[in-house]
Amino acid sequence: MFADLLRRELRLGLRHAADSVAALLFFVVVTALFPLGVGPEPKLLARIGPGVIWVAALLAAILPLDRLFGADAEDGSLDLLLLSGLPPAGVAILKACAHWLLTGLPLLLASGPVAIMFGVEPAPFAVLMLGLLPGTLVLSLLGTAAAALVVGARRGGVLLPLLVLPLATPVLIMGTLAAEAARTDAPYAAPLLVLGALLALCAPFCPLAAGAALRQSV
Amino acid sequence: MLPCFKPFGLQTTGSLLYRTAVDATVSPPRPRGWHRFANPGQFLRLAARVTPPVAWAGGILTAVGLFWGLFIAPADWQQGNAVRIMYLHVPSAWLASAGYMALAACAVASLVWRHPLADLAAVEIGPVGAAFAALCLVTGSLWGRPTWGTYWVWDARLTSMLVLFFLYLGHIALIRAFDDPQRGYRAASILALIGVVDLPIIHFSVQWWNTLHQGNSISLTSAPKMYIGMLAPLMVSALGFTLLFAALVLARLSAAVMERRTRAVLLAEVRSA
Repeated sequence: MFADLLRRELRLGLRHAADSVAALLFFVVVTALFPLGVGPEPKLLARIGPGVIWVAALLAAILPLDRLFGADAEDGSLDLLLLSGLPPAGVAILKACAHWLLTGLPLLLASGPVAIMFGVEPAPFAVLMLGLLPGTLVLSLLGTAAAALVVGARRGGVLLPLLVLPLATPVLIMGTLAAEAARTDAPYAAPLLVLGALLALCAPFCPLAAGAALRQSV
Repeated sequence: MLPCFKPFGLQTTGSLLYRTAVDATVSPPRPRGWHRFANPGQFLRLAARVTPPVAWAGGILTAVGLFWGLFIAPADWQQGNAVRIMYLHVPSAWLASAGYMALAACAVASLVWRHPLADLAAVEIGPVGAAFAALCLVTGSLWGRPTWGTYWVWDARLTSMLVLFFLYLGHIALIRAFDDPQRGYRAASILALIGVVDLPIIHFSVQWWNTLHQGNSISLTSAPKMYIGMLAPLMVSALGFTLLFAALVLARLSAAVMERRTRAVLLAEVRSA
């Protein structure tokens, strides 16, 4: 049933592709603004590139969260999902998977070309991508929990960045630390491992928190 | 078996009916411990008795601690008189962190026992804790100017206090964002628990990221690395600030309970008219 529901989420996501595409476009446009803002000097851009990509990915991942449960809560299908037999935490895992597949993965794929446009060296490039993989997963999990908290709130969309961004600071720090370490030939394994640890921590707890929030929302 | 709680509003309007109806059959079990204070009347009576002495003690201790620290305690051999901002800065930092712990404790009480007072306390602790976090950031920034030569550095402790301030703001916004207050209490409780798990991670990661702030001078496990003539006023002012914090929260909490009563009475009048 999980697979069926996930297929439904993906089909809905692809039919209303505007949400995911908007997030992706936002990501590309924001990163493209940085060379305009700080100047086109290649050395500077190669240095700040990974950080810019991380911050832009963080912001872009938040954009579609508003509709993650919002649309389902409005037309009542959230109630049906919760009655489907999946535990609320399972519904949260489902939504997190859908968010990652529809937003996280495209962001991950798009950050490759963007990093090349910033002139990021091969070593930090590989580490950046390696960090973004667990990083976007953690963002999807944290974002799902926050999105579940604001179901039914007034101005939920405005609240989301305020809820997610402070919680996501460790992800940002570890991701950029790893890329920076790779750039300066320092050992970069530790921050990457911490990112993995964060993923291991978020994978069980964020769906549980989101499930508890969902149970309150109906 | 836990006693059954009624929402504050209902209890005030319907308490008379409820009491007589129950008395006719079996008297309900007397709630014990802190569950007694789920009854708003009990809480208000206690708060009215406790708040004034706590507020006075807090005010006097704060005044003594600050006077001692600002005028009597010695200046630092390295930082000069600038060190005196510590007597304001350190207590507010301690209370900003302790306030978030209190929020998490309220969250547990709210989620596990559905304690109505814990919900109201979470609403009222948020702004007070945020105010202390802001005070800590401002005094720290003013302290940084003469000692580090800059108002703000992206140092580990400053950054994690800033993130804590944002966490407070998120909690304050979330708990007030719902038309149904109960929903806001539940959501904010879950957020507070996520935040309290994330706080040490944030602290650790930010520390790894950058450190300029001095290390701990006081810890529970070892002797303080600080002259006693500076430590004593710091302790006095920290205790004073803590009592003031408690008095502020108690006063806000009483006001919130009374506001609910007033609203319930007004609603009942409208309904009967």
